[in-house]
Amino acid sequence: MQLTGAEIVVQCLLEQGVRTVFGYPGGAALFIYDELYKAEPRLTHVLSRHEQGALHAADGYARVTGEVGVALVTSGPGATNAVTGLATAYMDSIPVVCLSAQVPVPLIGNDAFQEVDTVGITRSCTKHNYLVRDVEDLARVIREAFYIAKSGRPGPVLVDIPKDVSNTRCAYSPSHASVNIRSYRPTVKGHIRQVRRAVEMLQAARRPLLYTGGGVILANAWKGLQQLTKSLNLPITNTLMGLGAFPAADSQFVGMLGMHGTYEANMAVSHCDLLVAIGARFDDRVTGKIADFAPHAKIIHIDVDPTSISKNVRVDLPIVGDVRSVLEQMNGLIEEEKIPEKQADISDWWAKIEGWRKKDCLRFTQGEQEIESQYVIQTLCKLTKGQAIVATDVGQHQMWAAQFYGFQQARHWLTSGGLGTMGYGLPAAIGAQVAKPNEQVVVITGDGSIQMNVQELGTCLQYQLPIKIVILNNGFLGMVRQWQELFYERRYAHTDIAVSPDFVKLAEAYGALGLRTDKPAEVEAVLRQGLAHPGTVIMDFRVRKESNVYPMVPAGKGLNDMILGELL
Amino acid sequence: MRHIISVLVENEAGVLSRVAGLFSARGFNIESLTVAPVGNGETSRITLVTLGSDPIIEQILKQLNKLVPVIQVSDLSEGPHVGRELMLVKVLTERGQHDKNPRDEVLNVVRIFRAQVVDATPGSLIIEVTGDNDKLNACLAMLEPFGVAEMVRTGQVALSRGVRK
Repeated sequence: MQLTGAEIVVQCLLEQGVRTVFGYPGGAALFIYDELYKAEPRLTHVLSRHEQGALHAADGYARVTGEVGVALVTSGPGATNAVTGLATAYMDSIPVVCLSAQVPVPLIGNDAFQEVDTVGITRSCTKHNYLVRDVEDLARVIREAFYIAKSGRPGPVLVDIPKDVSNTRCAYSPSHASVNIRSYRPTVKGHIRQVRRAVEMLQAARRPLLYTGGGVILANAWKGLQQLTKSLNLPITNTLMGLGAFPAADSQFVGMLGMHGTYEANMAVSHCDLLVAIGARFDDRVTGKIADFAPHAKIIHIDVDPTSISKNVRVDLPIVGDVRSVLEQMNGLIEEEKIPEKQADISDWWAKIEGWRKKDCLRFTQGEQEIESQYVIQTLCKLTKGQAIVATDVGQHQMWAAQFYGFQQARHWLTSGGLGTMGYGLPAAIGAQVAKPNEQVVVITGDGSIQMNVQELGTCLQYQLPIKIVILNNGFLGMVRQWQELFYERRYAHTDIAVSPDFVKLAEAYGALGLRTDKPAEVEAVLRQGLAHPGTVIMDFRVRKESNVYPMVPAGKGLNDMILGELL
Repeated sequence: MRHIISVLVENEAGVLSRVAGLFSARGFNIESLTVAPVGNGETSRITLVTLGSDPIIEQILKQLNKLVPVIQVSDLSEGPHVGRELMLVKVLTERGQHDKNPRDEVLNVVRIFRAQVVDATPGSLIIEVTGDNDKLNACLAMLEPFGVAEMVRTGQVALSRGVRK
């Protein structure tokens, strides 16, 4: 069958099971868009208001579904606008395929209109990228792109398609054969001797702790993780990216660890004798000062990416493999060999953890005058029973959401953990809502962050996405202000963002519902009204201006060196 | 410590910039890098010389392996290997103030180092010399006093000894 490049693009997307593309058209992308027009409704397109929004939406779609998110942008500024979205997905290992249009092959390198060196610019923020100079390579490249994006440690892959390639015909035959790249073979199974050794170490440990990250969610391994945690009665802490892999309401969960982790989680890391890191990468926001991180522990590290192992922290037992497969191997051994019967007594360890927990480090008081941000999130969690899909931006609201929205399930938490991208939340929520039209999708954001991609309200309204946006409005770029307060003697250099739009009127200008309150007594009513509304809603909560996220481990300090906050 | 790392890659556009970009982005150091197609032209071999502590070298090897078009990575410094580098040196042979003909002395150095003269003009010679790093440095030290107009080195290439099972 002879097809044009643009037709091949559409055929390959359908072949991969893609149903939705997030994108923004432009000159070099016209042939591809023309085919998308014909492919409706088998393949639908969601028009963002900025290419960054399209990438974050594809990313949000991927996070909630576990499938590859797809974005389509034009050449030049379309591609450069996509860069932040690619980098965000790259840092959090999210499977995304971005198709970018390029100027025609004969013009490449001529500084043509809307030309940039897209593969050059995106090389360091994608897992892999391609420039397709020959239409004969197009189908193979797109198939490889999907395979690379979702296999091994997932990540974004970009395919740059010159305009003339999208308009040249060549033979195309459908294929569902598995992709074979001789230079790319991710490890799946863990080395059985290493797995056995890990189980022995768990059996013998007196003070074990599981530390699990986004890798558990990426590998769809939360069931295996829960089985492991339960069978040996292990305490478990999650990274920011790992929230939802273990139900927050479960008593074995000691909360998030790291810079804004709970007292009990950070103390447990500091005192454990065995730390089992699963799908986590010892990020500096997690470890604090490396020399003081888990100083008494042997460390087991299970990860699909060998480069993550012993990169920041030397580990005693590395297991390279797909987290889900390795957990299955471990759980199999634990069952077969009746490990729970032989396990060392860890009741003293649990008593110690319960002692730390008594500190109640997330305590706050909601007075009658000013709204506390934590209270808004706690109430939101109560009203949605911890079941909503929550997307955030970056800053104080993000940390409070992580601490106070008790996630009960995986793939319900969308946050830019690695790159820390303000402006991520709303477009990510769009991707999530498109993927899950019947689920409650909430954006928790700040008055600073929401303005970084607020134009995506247009997308929400155009596609009638009933996203609920909760703005914790304190008139500050709060997290930076917090650092200025604590470490720069309250010199609030340019963190006062006093002039913002009237968010209620802004909502109305787009045709959404806008609600506002500054009264603690009205918080629940506003949330109830907003959540019950069938369309897009902005809820503007005027919260206490100078409130801080605690506990906090100052940058460069050890995890046991926490600032516990005003009440403690 | 200095390591010679041999990287077999798919011979495709952009692969060199992926390798070089990895080194600059992660702050690894490259002392020399050579690349050329090998076999039927489908693959290329990159030989690079780098410096770093053991954990850094371990990261370098893993990060190289992670690049999609990289087929195989080996640290040749781990075992017995043969390394060679080629250098071309343009030496000035104009008669100096001592009134001696420097050409003969240059040719002496050439003989000692088993080098070759590959070009001659009335005022200069181009010397080709092959060997390991030390030999090239020693030869260059001997030639410098005559006046080196230009020089170029290929950077090291290397192979491990024997047949690996």
